[in-house]
Amino acid sequence: MNAIMAIAGVVIKELYRRKDFYVLFVLTAVVTLLLASVKFFDDRNIVRYLKEICLLLIWISALVIAITTAARQIPAERENRTLLSLLAKPVTRGQFIIGKFAGCWLACGFSLVVFYSFFGVVSGSREHSFALPQFLQAFWLQWSMLGIVVALALLGSVVFAAPSSNGTICFVVVGGILLLGRHLNQVALRLPEPRRTLLYTLYFLLPHLEWYDVRDLVVYDQPPVRWAACGLAMLYAGVYTALLLYAAWLVFRRQALNQ
Amino acid sequence: MNRPLTRILILLLLGAGSFSLATVLQSRAVAWSRRGNSDSALEVLLGDGRRLFANHFFVKADISFHSGYYPSIFDQEQAPQDSHHMTEEGSAHRDAAEEAHERQMSFLGPPRDCLERFGRNFMVTQHSHLAGGNEREILPWLRLSAELDPQRVDTYTVASFWLRKRLGKPKEAEQFLREGLRANPNSFEILFELGRLYQEDFHDDTRARNVWELALNRWSDQEAAKKAPDLLVREEIAINLARLEEGAGNFASAVDYLELAKSSSPAAAILQQQIDELKSKMARRENPAGHAP
Repeated sequence: MNAIMAIAGVVIKELYRRKDFYVLFVLTAVVTLLLASVKFFDDRNIVRYLKEICLLLIWISALVIAITTAARQIPAERENRTLLSLLAKPVTRGQFIIGKFAGCWLACGFSLVVFYSFFGVVSGSREHSFALPQFLQAFWLQWSMLGIVVALALLGSVVFAAPSSNGTICFVVVGGILLLGRHLNQVALRLPEPRRTLLYTLYFLLPHLEWYDVRDLVVYDQPPVRWAACGLAMLYAGVYTALLLYAAWLVFRRQALNQ
Repeated sequence: MNRPLTRILILLLLGAGSFSLATVLQSRAVAWSRRGNSDSALEVLLGDGRRLFANHFFVKADISFHSGYYPSIFDQEQAPQDSHHMTEEGSAHRDAAEEAHERQMSFLGPPRDCLERFGRNFMVTQHSHLAGGNEREILPWLRLSAELDPQRVDTYTVASFWLRKRLGKPKEAEQFLREGLRANPNSFEILFELGRLYQEDFHDDTRARNVWELALNRWSDQEAAKKAPDLLVREEIAINLARLEEGAGNFASAVDYLELAKSSSPAAAILQQQIDELKSKMARRENPAGHAP
């Protein structure tokens, strides 16, 4: 456990030493504040467009942080030749993978806390109310989803040669699932066999990341999701994260370290 | 003449030539590119592609109006094809339109599998329209849509409807409609909406009449020759003009307008009844003693 936490700690330190997070946060803040300063038809009470754009920026920023941070972890250790010395210590490859995952996931969590605090301040100052359960659910569900994304990027980093290709593939896959995942079954039903079965199987196999996107519920002041459903969604995310990490470990276990 | 001086003179000659050529070509080059004489930075940046974004933002306004409950491109029932449901008020054929809209928006149906059933916990699944002043939330998207595509007439009429009807901002509505009219000087829809604003909000019947008459002329110029003209707008303009003329005591003009509206109205019988009433009023005025002519 100590080894895992030590590796995770290094990843978290890396997040606040690098400029990615600061740049993304400042961009999000500047765009949101600029939009907040615009007055539409002399009405100060309009707020949903601001919440929508701010949450969209938070989602984009969080995905960028998660994928770029996770995708460069193992290739950077290889490139800097620190991987050999790290694994020469009493650290197993499994601990190494879990440590990297924990670091990236916690780093995403810290980033989300900062982003959501900013969102809460902006939204609360305009609406003069604060829907705490919806905020907590949006935060928690997004963080759970980022667990799957981080695990996917770690798996990609042991499969693909370069972090750039891994990052691009991860963005395409995650973006594709977020945009199309919910509709794959509808599309499958309109296809002839055997494409129908193949697409429907893919629909059941893919992690449904779109469930974790509850921005509409927050933006349009809808009632919160049932807590039982939230719990099940977290369990679902946990299972997929574990599967992807296991796959990453299986590939990494057999890899030569001096590649 | 020494060589350096020749070089300088050649350079000066070339410079003068390019300057003269630039003054000749500049005015023509502006005409070659439609972007060159654009007032809007967005038009310069996006060109005609901005119309796609404008459409997206108009749809976004509709999504906001439905609080996030909206069909995707994959849903069998497509998104509402027009913006009438965004500006509907209670009347006979508006109720039918509302019913059709309700049918259009029941696109979700029963879940097809367990994953879809579970996924519905995390999305908006109730069809509702904004109310209680929250209609203002659609305005930023409409403003953006108008910025990107000033030729989209719906944007101005929909925004004006909400501004004056629900948000009590007729001045802002007039300003926005005027902006729309500058971009679309021949739009009978904007003129019709402007007339309603003058009549219902500013109670200025004279300006309303002028604007509606202009709208009717514009309608005749543009729609009359079409295979499928927009008869609904003509009917609405004619009925509003008829009410105005009736209020001013010009029963003959009111009858003419009602006859025009009746020719394309699904509620022709009701309009005929109103025409008959007006005719009897006219008869009573011409013959106050009460004798039938």
